[in-house]
Amino acid sequence: MKILVFVKRVPATTARIRVADGLRMDPEGVEFVLNPYDEFAVEEALRRKEAAGGDATVTAITLGPPEAQKELRTVLAMGADEAILLTHSDAAFLDAEATAQVLAEQAEQRGPWDLVFFGKQAVDRDQHGVGPSVATRLGMPCLSEIVELEIADGKATARREVEGASETLEAPLPCAFTCQKGLNEPRYASLKGIMAAKRKPLETVQVDLPPAKVEVVELAPPPPRPPGRIVGEGAAAVPELVRALREEAKVL
Amino acid sequence: MSTILALLETRDGKLRPASQEVLGAARTLADARSGRVVALVTESAGDADASLGGFGADEVLVASGERHSPDGAAATAARVARETSAEVVLLAATVRGRDLQGRIAALLDTGFASDCTAVDPESLVWTRPVYGGRAVAKVRVVGPVAVASLRGNHFPVVRREAEAEVKEIAPEPGQAHVVTVEAKQSARPDVAEAARVIAGGRGMGGPENWHLLERIADAVPGMALGASRAVVDAGWRPHSEQVGQTGKTVSPELYVAAGISGAIQHLAGMNSSKVIVAINRDPEAPIFQHATYGIVGDVNEVLPALAEELEKQDLQ
Repeated sequence: MKILVFVKRVPATTARIRVADGLRMDPEGVEFVLNPYDEFAVEEALRRKEAAGGDATVTAITLGPPEAQKELRTVLAMGADEAILLTHSDAAFLDAEATAQVLAEQAEQRGPWDLVFFGKQAVDRDQHGVGPSVATRLGMPCLSEIVELEIADGKATARREVEGASETLEAPLPCAFTCQKGLNEPRYASLKGIMAAKRKPLETVQVDLPPAKVEVVELAPPPPRPPGRIVGEGAAAVPELVRALREEAKVL
Repeated sequence: MSTILALLETRDGKLRPASQEVLGAARTLADARSGRVVALVTESAGDADASLGGFGADEVLVASGERHSPDGAAATAARVARETSAEVVLLAATVRGRDLQGRIAALLDTGFASDCTAVDPESLVWTRPVYGGRAVAKVRVVGPVAVASLRGNHFPVVRREAEAEVKEIAPEPGQAHVVTVEAKQSARPDVAEAARVIAGGRGMGGPENWHLLERIADAVPGMALGASRAVVDAGWRPHSEQVGQTGKTVSPELYVAAGISGAIQHLAGMNSSKVIVAINRDPEAPIFQHATYGIVGDVNEVLPALAEELEKQDLQ
């Protein structure tokens, strides 16, 4: 069984985002991490490999700058067997569809794959699109934002939370999945895993980037919120708060 | 003539609230570009009839399959976009919409803009928060057609006197299917969709104090319950209520944060709310810097008083 997991190097969720030239984030001094949702994807890939036993393998792939080796080593330390870094100095700034195009081409060349996992979104551009787009390009069904997964008899059954409801989905294998918090509890890399990761294969491939499909016209800090005020202290401030919500803000 | 294709969601035959906004935004774009609005429904028709004209549709295409298929719906949408020479394909930035946008863009060999909060109808420059709301990008789709999903509570719903023309069309087959949809039993709206939200954090003290928030939600029409990551991780509340970077992004008219300090990851999920109320014991809590109105005080004292005051107003 061949399992592929797509990951991404992203700024830590606590990092302060500064804009360099009105168009791009300034990476200077920013801590980068493995995308938090990709941890669920990696964990699920590893669990499926462990359940399958035998010669099942987990391959991790990313499109990123050369520094993304660090995040791939993390995935190898968690237990993936091999990793592929598709690299270009501008890779981090490519839009979701163009990124999906590069990833799908490379995945196709190295396939076929039985199971394919993604995080449901990368917490940098928050696009939610690469997983379903890559799956579409590979001609695979994709079950998105899943919080439960069962694989049996050549079929995947998954559950996801949608607005105000819970949906169960089914698809034949091979199948792709985008993973949401709640699917599993991602493992930490053990010391043994970290040592082993140093000897695992990490292939670096220089890639050409296709023309962008989304052009950034401007990147700016969020507009400041209009200044607020402290209405008062304790329960005594409640009547004034309700009056302000009704008469000033008109939201009640 | 320019076509704006609006992909709509229904559940149990009812048009989803987010889809009403999608139709409104489509109408605004069509009016600015002398175009027409074609609405596409890929599930059981239900509400999807001539009355959608009242929300802004000129034409309604119904490709009713028995069950929602993500890949099938995307293929149907891409086919209709080609057949109608659509200039823009709009979806709601819901779980289903976010699932479809990348697929549709892939099938049409174009780009997409996700979770947009505004659009310029002339230039088709889309505004979208990025890095969890820590920056805002303005983007243009390079390609034959712009695919975009719209964040809820940012685009006005259109109401007008008009009837749309309705046509049945054939759905494309898909490999994946939704086999069951279980609606939440709760009478409260989902936190991601609600116009008003009250959310609790660690400062609530424990899950046994949530009745304080529920009482307020009961007094305010359309108010949903939310939670910070800390209380979800502690098992006090379900993940479906989590607001923030690893939860839901919300932008209601009113967001009340009770006992939430305002970590950057939480702010990411709610800082585009119109009015933010913070109730916190700690006057130095970061949430106060983002709040429209703040009360410094113990939630156990402030919330019952707030509930009582709201009940007196008889808002229901």
